[in-house]
Amino acid sequence: MMMNRRSFLGTTAALAGTLAAPAVLGQARPRAVVIGGGAGGATAARYIANDSDGMIDVTLIEPSRHYYTCFFSNLYLGGFRTIESLGHSYGTLAADYAVNVVHDWATGIDRDARTVALAGGGSVPYDRLIVSPGIDFKDGAVPGWSTAAQNAMPHAYKAGSQTELLRAQLANMREGGTFAMIAPPNPYRCPPGPYERVSMVAHYLSQNNPTARILILDPKENFSKQALFEDGWARHYPGMIERIGPDFGGANVEVRPDSMEIVVDGAVESVDVCNVIPAMQAGNILQDAALTESDWATVMPATMQSVMDENIHILGDSSRQGAMPKSGFAANSQAKVAAMAVRHALTDSRLFPARFSNTCWSLISTDDGIKVGATYQAGEDRIEAVDTFISQVGESDEVRAETYRESLGWYDSITSDMFG
Amino acid sequence: MVRRVFLPILAILAGAQAVPAQEGDPERGAVLFRQCNSCHVAEPDGPSRTGPNLYGVVGRSAGSLDGVRYSPAIRDAGEAGLVWTLETLDGFLQDPRGYIPGSRMSFRGLTELQDRLDVIAYLTGDAPVVHSSELGRLSPEIFTIEGDVEYGAYLSSECVACHSASGSDEGIPVVTGLDAEAFILALHDYRDGHRDHQVMTTVTARLTDEEIASLAAYFATLEE
Repeated sequence: MMMNRRSFLGTTAALAGTLAAPAVLGQARPRAVVIGGGAGGATAARYIANDSDGMIDVTLIEPSRHYYTCFFSNLYLGGFRTIESLGHSYGTLAADYAVNVVHDWATGIDRDARTVALAGGGSVPYDRLIVSPGIDFKDGAVPGWSTAAQNAMPHAYKAGSQTELLRAQLANMREGGTFAMIAPPNPYRCPPGPYERVSMVAHYLSQNNPTARILILDPKENFSKQALFEDGWARHYPGMIERIGPDFGGANVEVRPDSMEIVVDGAVESVDVCNVIPAMQAGNILQDAALTESDWATVMPATMQSVMDENIHILGDSSRQGAMPKSGFAANSQAKVAAMAVRHALTDSRLFPARFSNTCWSLISTDDGIKVGATYQAGEDRIEAVDTFISQVGESDEVRAETYRESLGWYDSITSDMFG
Repeated sequence: MVRRVFLPILAILAGAQAVPAQEGDPERGAVLFRQCNSCHVAEPDGPSRTGPNLYGVVGRSAGSLDGVRYSPAIRDAGEAGLVWTLETLDGFLQDPRGYIPGSRMSFRGLTELQDRLDVIAYLTGDAPVVHSSELGRLSPEIFTIEGDVEYGAYLSSECVACHSASGSDEGIPVVTGLDAEAFILALHDYRDGHRDHQVMTTVTARLTDEEIASLAAYFATLEE
């Protein structure tokens, strides 16, 4: 037929059920299906499609047409990025890599039949399935908060409209008001994320509302890059940020979205903006498919295969893999190992030893960037760190500015590595 | 404002009392130049690697050597009249990306005046000539290891998370289209501690000589 199949598939999501039917595609090629078009899923789809040279039929199921990266969304809160600059679409994956992009919700996985059910009806069969759904929040993790209250007290921990809402609330906050953050317990997506967010909120407030204060309620004793953040806060935002750890009630917090109050160890306090980042667990679809145990989906480190189903690989935040943090970089890295394993399983391509890496950059203030990272390998039953590094307190302004510039280059590179 | 003048290798604070002259030591400069050596040689008719051959750089217009993939920023500076003099080299070496924003040169700079004087003295003098392969850091066999392109392609997926496969060098240097020898030298230099960068030191720490050769072989297959 004359119509370009790639562009046709890429833009016509409503026909997903039909398009995925083997009869239509004359399916002889093995099928890899990816659920979730974020850092892990988009990378996996792109690498399988690109490296298999058309030998594997790749379908990516993702409800959103525009994906907003969680990484760098704090920089939007601080005024260093526009929300548009964080948005990515799937046109290149469809047009240049022949990935069948299906914009629909995957509602269930039938592991026996090896099919994925779609909200719009129909199902997609797979030979290998990659699931990279990100995180969902645990019900009741913060007493008084539920997703029904997310407009009054945004989480802004899945980027997009929630992030815009939090930014608007920050901009509209009364002079001298209180911005509260309920920080999450471990493990959670992006370990430095809440504290980079505090830095960016402080940056915004120091310029627009300098008598405002920031209150962090934290159930954790310690947090990622703590010395670096605390040093930066003291230098850039003296007196603005107060953190209440578990010893002083940070783990015993209730919120009242209707009255914009928080209750810390029984003491009621009024706040003006309240960013609730609840405890997290693996994406619901994994819970529903019985691929999780105690909140997360355990995987085999060499291939990212579920320990419960060898036909399913689980990437990124939802996986319990060992030493890697839950980050977009980590999901991207794991996706490449999984893509190689899927190609090996379906087309007998070469299998190399799994190797992973991660770097998390954070911005504290203008031109004050820091980073932490490591290389990883597959151990017996978990991913293990090989070498690690972290920025140091007292680095020169030049080093910090260079680190920030590096993060800008990284953002451009990794998003094109994901979305083409 | 402090302005430095070199006569020929004298630093004088203009508008103030002359400070004791500092002389550049070309031999010490040759040692310091080793950190530049992954990207630059300084030898008569020597090749340009990632960066230009710096033999005879003093007196040359910025961005003017044939066959070098200069950044637009350096070319623009040259077209706007920037000539590498003792003074401009001093400014550039102190803070490359501050002096010419957009420069591809991934080097933090030399904060010590004496270090800059020494390197400039080395670049100004006729001798000694340093060729990277003569430094003894790497045995010649390292450059003859045959790489496994397919393995290199897999290994490269770790690189392209940060180094744009499309060749953009915003914030992070481009690695596609590099001369294979320069590529190998650079990775060995990071791994062996001759070049310093937290991420690169960590990433290269576990690379074997064969893996570096495989990466070089793969990247050589990519077009710029």
